[in-house]
Amino acid sequence: MPVSSQIPDEADVVSQARVGDPKAFSELVRRYEGKIFRLAQHITQNREDAEDVLQETFLKAYEHLDQFQGASKFYTWIVRIAVNQALMKLRKRKADKTVSMDESIDTGEDTVVREIAAWDPSPEERYSKEELNSILESAVQSLAPAYRTVFILRDVEELSTEETAEALDLSVPAVKSRLLRARLQLRDKLTRYFKRKGDDAFAYM
Amino acid sequence: MTPLLTCKEFLQELSDYLDENVDAGVRQKLERHIALCPNCWVVTDTTKKTIQIYKGMEPYSIPSEVESRLMAALERKMAQKQVQKQS
Repeated sequence: MPVSSQIPDEADVVSQARVGDPKAFSELVRRYEGKIFRLAQHITQNREDAEDVLQETFLKAYEHLDQFQGASKFYTWIVRIAVNQALMKLRKRKADKTVSMDESIDTGEDTVVREIAAWDPSPEERYSKEELNSILESAVQSLAPAYRTVFILRDVEELSTEETAEALDLSVPAVKSRLLRARLQLRDKLTRYFKRKGDDAFAYM
Repeated sequence: MTPLLTCKEFLQELSDYLDENVDAGVRQKLERHIALCPNCWVVTDTTKKTIQIYKGMEPYSIPSEVESRLMAALERKMAQKQVQKQS
């Protein structure tokens, strides 16, 4: 697909879409569908659900476009819709209460660092692209949904702390504390794969 | 001289430190801790690499059949809206 060298300003595209220009809305869909699909897969961990979430997100966005105030970025707005849809799917699948974004998870135990070992300077080069992807994906998938979602928005989708808080309806301190725990847990998990050969990992604390 | 941070206190600030979101005073305290604590130095270095590796993940290219189904659903929705407007 040819990529236009002149990417139109998002605010212009959004306002064209708001007055009913279907081409403008399709342009917004093309801009963000890959990210929304990835986000949906990360949260739901299910390909079929992710596809549903993708469709529902853009259909809802289209339907409620007049409610988009323009105070936040369009992307933050659709991320919020997508996260809500994805969490609903997840709750449906796992008919328990482990999925709530509001549950109290701050036990303080999760910042414990289990394994300390130095990594190679570029540890990822030890693996093929496919191997690396599967290591990264399975590490993320093993996080609790409340941590996983914050990590994905902040460190994979690169939203700011404030945007993440807005998208998830969380306070800024809650986003920060979950992000810290997610990062430390991932670091722990990846150490298994990336630690310098010959280094003995030693227990800590 | 202010007392050295404990490892626990250091870890609490790690995320903000890596995001370069701490003021100069805190930064200095954290860097003094890392300089003297090899464990926290390793944790800082490997957490930083963790974040870098994830940031470098390639975006998904959306499977074409998924995109076609999305676009078809949207077109139906748009057509519906047009009909509603006209009636």
